Order: sequence, then structure tokens, then C-alpha cells
Amino acid sequence: MTPLLQVKGIEKHYGALIGCKDVSFDLYPGEVMGIVGESGSGKSTLLNCLAGHLETDAGQVIFDTRADGPVDTLQMSEPERRMLGRTDWAFVHQHARDGLRMSVSAGGNIGERLMAVGDRHYGNIRDKAVDWLGRVEIAESRVDDRPTAFSGGMQQRLQIARNLVTGPRLVFMDEPTGGLDVSVQARLLDLLRGLVREMGLSAIIVTHDLAVVRLLADRLMVMKDGHVVEAGLTDQVLDDPQHAYTQLLVSSVLQV
Amino acid sequence: MIELDNVSKSFTLHNQGSAIIPVMEGATLKVNPGECVALTGASGAGKSTLMRVIYGNYLAASGRVVVGGLDVAQAEPREILALRRETLGYVSQFLRVVPRVPTQEVVAEPLLAIGVDKAQALERATGLLERLNIRERLWTLSPTTFSGGEQQRVNIARGFAHGYPAMLLDEPTASLDATNRDTVLSLIEEAKARGTAIVGIFHDAEARERVCDREVNVSHFTPVAA
Amino acid sequence: MTEYNFAYLDEQTKRMIRRAILKGLAVPGYQVPFASREMPMPYGWGTGGVQVSAATLTPDDTFKVIDQGADDTTNAVSIRKFFENTAGVAVTEETEKATLIQTRHRIPEAELTEDQILVYQVPIPEPLRFLEPRETETRKMHSLEEYGLMHVKLYEDISQHGDIATAYAYPVMVQDRYVMDPSPIPKFDNPKLEMSAIQLFGAGREQRIYAVPPHTKVVSLDFEDFPFVASKANHPCDLCGAEDSYLDEVILDDAGNRMFVCSDTDFCRSRRAAGHVGRLGTEDAA
Repeated sequence: MTPLLQVKGIEKHYGALIGCKDVSFDLYPGEVMGIVGESGSGKSTLLNCLAGHLETDAGQVIFDTRADGPVDTLQMSEPERRMLGRTDWAFVHQHARDGLRMSVSAGGNIGERLMAVGDRHYGNIRDKAVDWLGRVEIAESRVDDRPTAFSGGMQQRLQIARNLVTGPRLVFMDEPTGGLDVSVQARLLDLLRGLVREMGLSAIIVTHDLAVVRLLADRLMVMKDGHVVEAGLTDQVLDDPQHAYTQLLVSSVLQV
Repeated sequence: MIELDNVSKSFTLHNQGSAIIPVMEGATLKVNPGECVALTGASGAGKSTLMRVIYGNYLAASGRVVVGGLDVAQAEPREILALRRETLGYVSQFLRVVPRVPTQEVVAEPLLAIGVDKAQALERATGLLERLNIRERLWTLSPTTFSGGEQQRVNIARGFAHGYPAMLLDEPTASLDATNRDTVLSLIEEAKARGTAIVGIFHDAEARERVCDREVNVSHFTPVAA
Repeated sequence: MTEYNFAYLDEQTKRMIRRAILKGLAVPGYQVPFASREMPMPYGWGTGGVQVSAATLTPDDTFKVIDQGADDTTNAVSIRKFFENTAGVAVTEETEKATLIQTRHRIPEAELTEDQILVYQVPIPEPLRFLEPRETETRKMHSLEEYGLMHVKLYEDISQHGDIATAYAYPVMVQDRYVMDPSPIPKFDNPKLEMSAIQLFGAGREQRIYAVPPHTKVVSLDFEDFPFVASKANHPCDLCGAEDSYLDEVILDDAGNRMFVCSDTDFCRSRRAAGHVGRLGTEDAA
């Protein structure tokens, strides 16, 4: 089986500071990988490098494209990469307002990616928008409301719908449950798990919440000071951590 | 089906003076299809540790842990994930689920994960819940708020939803009444008849007597304090 | 009129603007940046159009200015006077006689010819502006032909009003490449954008010039199930009886009486001169 994504030797510096260094891994279709670490550990930098939002200093991000097989996305031209970002890739931001158009209705937000890839039939676009609102558990009656009128959890679900409507194969998520109420988090996690399974999605999820990765991620990468200190099966890394930092991280979680 | 060869396990506590705690040494075990092996030994002898090593939850320090032809001690995460999906089931003592997911979906999930049609998976799930006397009006509720015994039975239903060729059972009959205990033991017997290789921890001597073919005392694998 | 350089602007500035115009004609629909000058009138009064006119005028030209189709509004009169004073060119109100027409918010009803140039005053040249406020991002969207967002605007129209409610400044795709704001002309005028004359667009405050060469393909954006319709008030002109011209609604009294008249005053005048009479028109009104 060809990995969906092969990451090789990713390196990013901020001047003399290391953003991330020597990061390599393979991600296979249908796999969900979590990246954990404290603030400043380089996990968001890594995610943004992988998604092409930040320029990398070294390394390769090889994606198994539908048309041409494995291609290094860092060497792609900008139009190609942006096209990938609208079709096979999706990016879910921590703050929904970074990933939504706040002045456009929920339906328009979901429809944008469809229109961006050439859908020109209003009725179809609207039907798909309504269908996706349902899948993320937002009432159809809200289709013409702007996200400014939505709660935080609804905004996040809308952002997910907007991203998944074109059937991407790889989703990048930056703290998708950050800043949400615990009850809302659970609902979102459940939703994400269902979508990942139904659509056969691969996902890379950055979070500092170990409970989130335990429920969502098959595999886990632990980062500290820009380096990957430990990687493996999620429950193995959490239950039998090998590295000093991971042990500290796991033992620091408050039990309820 | 399950084969351990000279497996050892130790914990290194980096944040407590790098203390190294050896917990298992020279563990060797072979379980054939259709066979049920009970792990015995005093509390703390390492029964659960051994189960976790087989499941890949704990990383073996040395030795081979072969399940269905895959060496869990050396395998890639995705190989272990595939093994857990297809081949190796685990009924732990605790139910760990996403809050809010209805009970029947919790039970059906292992089937959905291997691509069984949703209606069929739910049918199998409700069949098991019925057998384990979980009242129908609970099926659409999340098990997170259930009593300990109910959670335990949901956990067992989930574990037996898919007919795994190999299974690990951690005290499957604990905290169950006589009727439900009997049902669980029948489930185990049916699995054995299908050819499932089982490793289990049974504090309940009668249950052990009924379903287990032999016992392995894990205290033989406990390292002698230096 | 020796106290002004011909057409007010100095020769270097006119050359700079002409280069921008030529580039605009070479890349139809593309917004060319130019170093917009301070003009002796406020922004919003047509400073972009005036600079394009100044760079395009020759002493032999006949100049016409319309504002919302009318030759006699303050804005039109001021600009016409401005070039009468600074360029000494002939001026006219008759569309057929003009070689250069500066316009705000309309395309004349009479079909223009390849001997004519139409200069538009543009307030906001960027059609994507209201949905994407970042200029860096809109430029990238143009360069990469990422125009999904333009349809989001039309989608919003339909979802809120049941139909594409955008009635003016209706976005168009020029020669299958650039999405362009045709300036705030009514969408009734959009089909006329495919014409024989040269069309130049000047935005003074935003410092952009763009152009549509003669016979260029200009398509109004729409959805398959909500096709573009060039709509107008469903009336004939009350003065000249024209059925096919764009109309202004005029309130006549407090009793709610109103009339519809051609917004193109020259068109209406010439029809009445030819003997056409509308509901409220009289033979001698012209």
C-alpha cells in the first residue's frame, strides 16, 4: 500500500530558533495521527509546514495525488497547491472564524468549495449545503443564517462541513476542540470519528489535549522543542510512555 | 495463534531518578486456536501486564510476541491497528468510549470498523445486548451513565461483536450476576468452538474451571528482586 | 487656453496613463495599476475617468459626457466644461457625433461604432472586494483564476432574495479569463459590453485602469438554474414611448403619480425629434 502522505526531514527555523526539525513519518489512507506537545513545542509550526501555509527550510511532503501518484507538494506550483487545498486537502482551524467567511451565510460557506471547483447549479449547491448541515447536526432552517449568529460549537461544525463537502482525503486539524465547552467537545469528537470512518479520511490532528487524541487518533507523535521525542500507537504511547518528556506529559494530566 | 517467546518488560521512570523497574522476564507462552489459557498468580504478579504486552499496549523490552503471524513487539502502529481490527480482540475491565454515542453503536463499532454493513452490524449488536440482558430502552443511550455491571456487559458485547480469531479477556465475569455470568461463559465457549485462541484472567475459580483448558502462573515470569 | 497644457495633464503623465491603457487593452479585464494624479475635483466625481479621457483626447475629438445617461447633470456639465477649457475640444450631446464619451453608470442606448471610445468612471474596480477585503488575496485570486468566491456572492443573492438581486455592477467574465466589475452600470447594460467601440475604465482613488477591446467576449456570471437576465422597469418611456431603453422612475406628486423616462436623455430627445410620443409626451415637448 502506498502511503497517502510521506513526510521526510521537515525542518523550519525562525532565525536562530528551531520551529521543527528532522520530522519524518508516513501516513496511510484512513489513518488518524495526533501530534501532541506543549505550547511552543513546534506542533502547529509542523502542521502549517505540512499544509503549505508556511515555507519550510528543508524536507519533503509527498502526497499521493489522484492524477499523478506521489508528488512533493513543497515543489508544486502555487496554483497546484492551492487547488489541492480546495479539493483533496482540508484544514480545520482552531478558531472557526479563521476558517469561515463570517459575512456569508452557512449555505454559502459550505458551497464555496463546490463553486471553486466549478459547480454552477444553484439547486445542487444548496442541496449539498443542506445535506452537510444535517451531517454536522445543524438544523436546515439555519442555512441562510450567518455564522456570526452561531454558537462556538456550531461554528466549528460549520467549518468542518465547509471543509469536507468536496470529499477531501486528508484533513489537517489545529486544536479542533480548543476553546469549546466539554459537552460540545464530546459531540464534535463523536462527529469527527464518524466522518473519519464513513469517508475513509486520513487526518493529522494537532492538540494539547491527550483525551482528544486517545479518542480520535490511531497514532501519536509527541513533540518537544521542535523535535519528535516519541511516536507510536496512541494507547501504547499514553499507557507505556518511553521518553522522559512523554512520561511527564502523561502524568501531568488531571484525572477526573 | 498467540505465541510469546522469552518476553521481558521493564518500566523506566525518567522523572523519578530514572529508576528501572523490571516487571517481567522470560515470559513464554503458546496458545492454539480453540484453546483458552487462564493466567494466574497473586495480585501484582503481572497478569494484566502480560495481557497488555500481547495487545501491544505495553512495549515489550525484548523477546517475540507473535499474534496471528505478526510480531507485536516489532510491528508498525498500522500493522498493530489492523491486527486489533481483524484478529485480536480485548475485553478490558473498563469501558472507554466517546461520550454521547448510543450503546448499540458502541457495540457495533468493531463491526463497522471492518466494513460490515451498518444494518447488519446493529442487528448483531442488539442481539448481543439482548443476550446480556441490557434493557432495550438503554440501547439508544450512551453507556457512560450506566451502572458498573451494565457497563461491563456492554463492554463484553462489544468485545464479542466481531468473531476475532484471538481474544484477551480481563476478568470478564467480575461483578456479574449468575445469569449474565452464564451467558458470558457461553459466549466464551462459542468463541472457542469457532477456533478462537483465548488468554484470560479469571478470579472466579468456577468460571476458570468451566472454560479454561490450562493455567499459566505468571509468577514464574516475575523477575527475582536483585 | 494657453495657460493649461492640452487636456490639463502634463505630457509625461499622459504617456504613463497611455501605457497603462495599452496594457489594459492587451490584457482585457486585468486591472493595471497607475499613478493616479490629484485632479481639480474631488474623488468620486470621476477623477479616474477624467485622467483616462485626458490621456486619450486629441484636438480633433468631439467630446460627450453623461452621468446616469444624462448630459445635463452637474457632474456631466462640469467635466464637459473642464475639457472645453483645458483642451479646447469640440463638445456634443449627440451620441453619434461624439468620438470620445465619458460616462458614469450607463452605456448609451445607441449602438457605438469602432470610431468611438467609451470611458467609464469607476468607484471600486475590484469585484471581489466585498467578500475578500485583502488586496494581496484578491490579486492572487485573479492571477490564479480562483473565482469561486464571485459565485458565492450570487449564491447569497439567491438565498436571500430568491433571485440574483445584484442589479448594477454585475460581475462579468472577460474573454474567459478575468472577472471584471463593469462599474456601476445597470445589469440591463451588460449585454452591450460586447461592442465595436473601445471601452476604458478608470478608477482614480483606487489607481486602477482596465479595458475591454472591441468585439471582446464579455459574459455575465450566473448559475445554470438562475441564468442572467438583463432586466429593466416593465414600462415604455412616458416621453418617447421607447420599449427597449433603460428607464428612470420619476415621482410626480404626493398622490403617488409617477412616470418612467429614458435615462439616456440624448436617445429620448432624438426619438421625440423623430416624432415618437409617449403616454405623457407632447409633440412640442422636444
